[in-house]
Amino acid sequence: MRPVQSSSLPVLLTPNRTARDPLPSLTAIIQSRLLFVSLLGTFFISCGISAAYSAAGAQPSLSILDVLLKWAPLVFGGFLFNIAVSIASMALGTASGLLLGLGQISPSRPISKTSWFLTQFFRNSPWLVLLFFAMFLLPFDLKIGSVTVPLPAWFKAIIGLALPVMANVAEIVRGGIKSIPLSQWESAESLAFSRRQILWQIILPQAFKRMIPPWMNLYAILTMATTLISVVGIQDSMTLTKAALVAEGRLDLYLPFYMMLLLMFFAYCYPIARLTQSLESRVAVKF
Amino acid sequence: MQPLITISHVEKSFGTMPVLRDISMTIAKGECACIIGPSGSGKSTLLRCINGLVPVTSGSILVDSIEVNDPHLDKLALRRKVGIVFQQYNLFPHKTAIQNIAMAPIHVLNRPKDEAYENARRLLAKVKLSEKADAYPGELSGGQQQRVAIARSLAMNPMVMLFDEVTAALDPETKKEVLFTIRDLAAEGMTCVLVTHEMGFASEVADHVYFTDGGRIVEAGTPTEIFKAARNERTRAFLSQVL
Repeated sequence: MRPVQSSSLPVLLTPNRTARDPLPSLTAIIQSRLLFVSLLGTFFISCGISAAYSAAGAQPSLSILDVLLKWAPLVFGGFLFNIAVSIASMALGTASGLLLGLGQISPSRPISKTSWFLTQFFRNSPWLVLLFFAMFLLPFDLKIGSVTVPLPAWFKAIIGLALPVMANVAEIVRGGIKSIPLSQWESAESLAFSRRQILWQIILPQAFKRMIPPWMNLYAILTMATTLISVVGIQDSMTLTKAALVAEGRLDLYLPFYMMLLLMFFAYCYPIARLTQSLESRVAVKF
Repeated sequence: MQPLITISHVEKSFGTMPVLRDISMTIAKGECACIIGPSGSGKSTLLRCINGLVPVTSGSILVDSIEVNDPHLDKLALRRKVGIVFQQYNLFPHKTAIQNIAMAPIHVLNRPKDEAYENARRLLAKVKLSEKADAYPGELSGGQQQRVAIARSLAMNPMVMLFDEVTAALDPETKKEVLFTIRDLAAEGMTCVLVTHEMGFASEVADHVYFTDGGRIVEAGTPTEIFKAARNERTRAFLSQVL
């Protein structure tokens, strides 16, 4: 497999740049990005549309912006929880995915076949279904001897999300290793390096550089997918947004509230996508 | 005198395609042997068989009394005795020239770092690249990369050096730098086996020349015998095309 390209991400506007560009600074991203401005614009327009609705409904209540500001800290807290879940799942998925990816190129057939099967199984399953599996198949607590360790729902959710991440990381690792020409193995072998030495000192250092962009791409996708945990009853930013809307009970708030949530994710994921893009062009130029 | 490499009745096929048929030759210590012949005649495969990169189908290859065609072959022990240089250099692109050279002695032979680097510097001087010690392979020309590759193999202190069409990808000028390096090595008494299309060079440095075609050794002899008075029709036809 070739490493996943970031073009599958919704990154717009910049034409294909071939030159080695500097990493975009935060201010540059915000200043020059029409996309960002237009999103903000949409946000305020949606506030306006909703305001028009509420005027028609003649509800004597707070302005939309006031309501938003009232709930924003709570939703933002939930958003931070989403980020925490994404980081934990990514860490877990990366560690296990690295093992699985290396397992796939193992010279031992049972190991490589098992790794291949696990990778294909988890890579080709819907994330939400895997999440349900983790939530309902994992026990409520673990008994290790006389000690009982409770398994809270958020922990199971992290595992549930880490499963597809693991499989995707495994493919990124395998693809990265396969992208290094066989002649590198051959010349290292002829210098009497052992297989393990070749992998860790010659192949992986070269492959890591190529794995980083698709790995970051995967992380951005995972972060957006963390809202799935609201479906299995965990209080994340999505759940809290819904709760706030129920509490307010105003139809005109739906659009601005979900827009606010979208903006939070966008502000987090878009810079990652940009960074991925520029890293990718660096790696491409190097070879 | 006991020959350093004894190849007897080696056969090799990839699937049903025979690549080497009944190859036998002996190479004495300090000898420089050149293998010439058309592309696809199995020359490169033969070199790869000698250091165990490619397993042979049958026959025997003895390198300093190590049998290569042995399921229990200690490949690492064999490869410490046999250095090989490839057509495409195959340097490690993430390491500098000097790191490329010092890496194997440090990690494979467990030499102390200082000693390995000192030796690497000496070898760089030998291939006349002292000033490029800290350059990455991407910053070196083809000829320079190839000389680093030669130094990298020499760092393992091999008993024999195999050269697989090492100048095929180089232009005439850089070719010379590399060929001079090899000539100096041969003059110092290093046992060399070259697969090459450089007939002039082969006739100059070789002690023995082997002409191969279709996986067989068609004719073998001294450079004068092969280049001046080839007996075989096929050899003469080939040489008339390249000389």
